[in-house]
Amino acid sequence: MGIAVLTLTVIALVAGLGLSFAARRLPANNSGLVERVNELLPQTQCAQCGYPGCRPYAAAIVEDGAAINLCPPGGNDTVRRLADLLGRDEAPPLATGPAAPAVAVIDESLCIGCTYCRAACPVDAIVGAHQLMHTVIEQECTGCELCLAPCPVDCITMRAS
Amino acid sequence: MPRAVPGGLHNDAGVIVPGPAATYDLGKLHGGLRLTAHKSASTGLSIQSPPLPGQLILPIDQHVGEPAQPLVGIGERVLKGQLLAEPAGTLGAPVHASSSGRVVAIEPWPVAGRHGDPAPCIVIECDGQDRAMDSWEEPIPYAELPAETVLQKILQGGIVGLGGAVYPTAQKLMQAVSGNLEYLILNGAECEPYISCDDMLMRECAHDIVSGAQILLHALQLDAACIVVESDKPDAIQQLAAAMTNVGDERLSLRQIPTIYPSGGEDQLVQLVTNREVPSGGLPTDAGCLVQNVGTAAAIHDWLQDGEPLISRITTITGDGIARPMNVRARIGTPVAELVEFAGGYTESARHLVIGGPMTGKSVSTDRVPLVKATNCVLVMSERPSIGPELPCIRCGDCAAVCPVQLLPQQLFWYACADNEKQLREHGLTDCIECGCCDLVCPSHIPLTYDFRMAKARIRELEDEKARAERARRRFEARGDRLQREQREREAELARQKDRARQAGPDAIAEIMKRKQRDGD
Repeated sequence: MGIAVLTLTVIALVAGLGLSFAARRLPANNSGLVERVNELLPQTQCAQCGYPGCRPYAAAIVEDGAAINLCPPGGNDTVRRLADLLGRDEAPPLATGPAAPAVAVIDESLCIGCTYCRAACPVDAIVGAHQLMHTVIEQECTGCELCLAPCPVDCITMRAS
Repeated sequence: MPRAVPGGLHNDAGVIVPGPAATYDLGKLHGGLRLTAHKSASTGLSIQSPPLPGQLILPIDQHVGEPAQPLVGIGERVLKGQLLAEPAGTLGAPVHASSSGRVVAIEPWPVAGRHGDPAPCIVIECDGQDRAMDSWEEPIPYAELPAETVLQKILQGGIVGLGGAVYPTAQKLMQAVSGNLEYLILNGAECEPYISCDDMLMRECAHDIVSGAQILLHALQLDAACIVVESDKPDAIQQLAAAMTNVGDERLSLRQIPTIYPSGGEDQLVQLVTNREVPSGGLPTDAGCLVQNVGTAAAIHDWLQDGEPLISRITTITGDGIARPMNVRARIGTPVAELVEFAGGYTESARHLVIGGPMTGKSVSTDRVPLVKATNCVLVMSERPSIGPELPCIRCGDCAAVCPVQLLPQQLFWYACADNEKQLREHGLTDCIECGCCDLVCPSHIPLTYDFRMAKARIRELEDEKARAERARRRFEARGDRLQREQREREAELARQKDRARQAGPDAIAEIMKRKQRDGD
């Protein structure tokens, strides 16, 4: 009886020390997890979460413990799925749900060809050369609205898709 | 607008009540139903020819795949058989002018495929002269041409599957040729109630079908074809047999199958004829078979032997809301209203307009929709007594017993209600052929087929969304890479310039600084 208790205590001690060493000293491998979090995000690249895109936000969630309820386009479904994946408590739901799907449309008669919107587009969905009319590739537009603010002549509007 | 599958309409189609022995004993086909045919009303008259309409409305997406690309402009004069729109992308079919006249508009018009919602159409004002192209009526000696040339020729004829699926025939043949093909099956089953256009075609144009079958055999380099007809069409069987004896082609055979709905489904027909099961998610070619509708075979004959592209089809105008039910050979693009007019107009009691049969057809809200390549039937029904409200599922299992694909509709129904995409897939929702058998036998009047159609649409939507997200992710990453590369290139360029200036010595730098100052002033 005494030997059995001693053996188990020693095993537990060794295992505990080993695990605590691994947890403190060995680097955590988060790259797989970042990819999985990224897959749950809607990929609108709209930066409404405060990070410059979906992948950076995924990295921030995994590595810096950023909140999981910062993504309006994903809505509460995404919050729930993230909570499931990461084993976190469900964060308070988003105040605003996902907006209706929309695409940006450039009023081509007003466009002055400044290229500001082209530079702002996170998915390169705007084409056009300097001083020439620009246009949005509708199929590639994620509706992130990042091109609206830089436009100096306010010729870009969102249209429901 | 009425529901897509008008449950109330087909519920009194007159099923021999699905008792255990009466309905389920169906040979090699699982499930299915014996329905009252209602076909004799429209088979009394021979195929009629309605007058040319004043306007032809030709949708550019009458087929599966990409919509065709219009080649004509507004105001242009066109001749009968002229190419109006050519196929775009890898899957598609051309659209031809059904008569001569002038293109007056290319604009959205209500079409049946979308329950009467508008789709882009080419509108032709007919001049009534029906002048054909010069190249009209030159038989092509297909037997001397290589198979690929014949396939290309079929593509140019705008021929699509006339059984209702409107899959471009040439592409279907080309895909099949590359596989392991043994049989060609010509589908003359026409199992859905009310529809009799294939029946009339087989009775009156049996020779065209046989000739079309020979062309198909040549194009596919096959030596076995089987024409399959349901047992309730003795006249058609007789005519086909006579035509085949006349031709004396040993590669062709004729088979009769029992009258069961939905024996005319592609996979079901393969199972009935060859006793091979088409695998889940597979095609008949996986079982060594290629199925073509008899109407498609006749259309191929018309194109290669008479030079007439697919500009007309036989369609059944029937139902108890039609004064004189009949089959007509009408030009593609004829407004349905004019066809109904030709068939004696609506009766007093007419209430529902369905394009297609009572089981798989689509209700439309207007008769302005044109006859398209897919339209095998125009069904007008009077008011039905209500079948009662939808009740909870009692798990009786009747739906599973009649499902010809051996699915579990009640299980699918739960998952559809719960929006459980994963389970829907695992239980084979994508294999559902939407035949309507399950909601016909459901004692709780649950519109199962309608729910499944909706669930399928939702799954498709989710898939589209996923594909979009994936594309956006790749573009975002590509952009990140590009920005980094540009940054590196800029830095390298700057370093190179600095280096050059340093090498040139202090005099050169002083020179540059002086020039900069001068420019600044």
